[in-house]
Amino acid sequence: MAEEGYAAPQTVEAAVSLLGAANGDARVMAGGTDILVQLHADLIDPDLIVDIKNIPELCTITEEADGFRVGAAVSGMALMDHAGFNAAWPGVMEGVALIGSIQVKGRASIGGNLCNASPAADSVPPLIAAGAVANIAGPGGLRVVPVEDIITGPGATSLDQGEIIVSFTFPQSPAHSGDCYLRLTPRTEMDIAVVGAGVNLTMDDNGVCVAARVVLGAVAPTPLLASDAADALIGTQVDDAALAEMATATSAACDPISDKRGTKQYRIKTAAVIARRAAERALERARAN
Amino acid sequence: MASKTHVTTTVNGDEHQYLCEPTQTLVDVLRNELELTGTKEGCSTGDCGACSVMVDGVLVCSCLTLAVETDGKSVETIEGMAGGGELTPLQRNFLELNGLQCGICTPGILIAAKALLDRNPDPTESEIRFWLAGNLCRCTGYDKIIRSVLAAAEEMRGN
Repeated sequence: MAEEGYAAPQTVEAAVSLLGAANGDARVMAGGTDILVQLHADLIDPDLIVDIKNIPELCTITEEADGFRVGAAVSGMALMDHAGFNAAWPGVMEGVALIGSIQVKGRASIGGNLCNASPAADSVPPLIAAGAVANIAGPGGLRVVPVEDIITGPGATSLDQGEIIVSFTFPQSPAHSGDCYLRLTPRTEMDIAVVGAGVNLTMDDNGVCVAARVVLGAVAPTPLLASDAADALIGTQVDDAALAEMATATSAACDPISDKRGTKQYRIKTAAVIARRAAERALERARAN
Repeated sequence: MASKTHVTTTVNGDEHQYLCEPTQTLVDVLRNELELTGTKEGCSTGDCGACSVMVDGVLVCSCLTLAVETDGKSVETIEGMAGGGELTPLQRNFLELNGLQCGICTPGILIAAKALLDRNPDPTESEIRFWLAGNLCRCTGYDKIIRSVLAAAEEMRGN
């Protein structure tokens, strides 16, 4: 094993310069619930671990005029304990609540869940459905990227060397909006999604859907923003016919693999069922808002 | 060899200073440097919960926590649970209601159950089962564990 180091900078600038100056493999650690498993399984052999949890900006949740800003290293439990965020984004929280055990959620963050870049990551589809953007710091300065543009393949992201996600900004939801995330697993807890679906809807005063985002997990190499599925809902009252059309478009968008959790065919079929249920739940919430 | 880091961690109220490797886990330091072997290491991947401890009041797996991260922090382990040789109601109910057999999972389950009761003194059976989903037990079939937590909670509420 190469010489290893650990650093816990207290500012974003210090973290970025440490990552930029590192010789060899430098890894960013938030909650560590993926990186430490990979480290102990000898899947990675980093020269430097940069712990970003001592940077205040990465660990705070703030409600600003244009919406919530959530630090990339905020733990799942800290988010679950934030009443305001839970009320605003129940679908995002349904995804967060499914990440591992209470112990794992005591450390695991949405920034880490995203950057680990698993196609089955539970918090990612609702984050994309919400229209969240990642605020990224790096050697070239700051840039803002929609969450759907971060994951490029299993375990791969569009972040450049030396870049870190500082926080996520969630838009202020218009009236009559609602989101939901549902996943299919054989067990209710401690499992990995066979398929997952995040849906975010906005209705107008006449009960017509004016905006929709449908995002599928575990049915493609990356979480999938299924725009045809969303288009099937926009301009409708999200009635049975529209939901059926959305379900068909959902199956058509899937490009899954077969593995021990489910066959390709099973995933294509169940993704439509789960997406439809998530849309129905999001609709209930939108009507109640 | 990587250089060792000097770390100061408060464990069960006592300040400990030790040297550790950057990638050494908290459970490794607790057991092998501080000789606090109550905390068990099961899977080392955050699935079994045997290594559960509290770090600054947050329930975590000590196998997925680096020891260097706990510099300046406060850790609570099973060794700190019973005060003055007296078992807590939670520990006593596990004994009386057979909430353990081989005992490997028990320290982690007690730490996790205490964390639940600190937040929620009157949990439903379902809430206890979901909270303890990250603690595996291969002996009891879980039912006796759940009964023990329910009985302890009732006793602690003064009923």
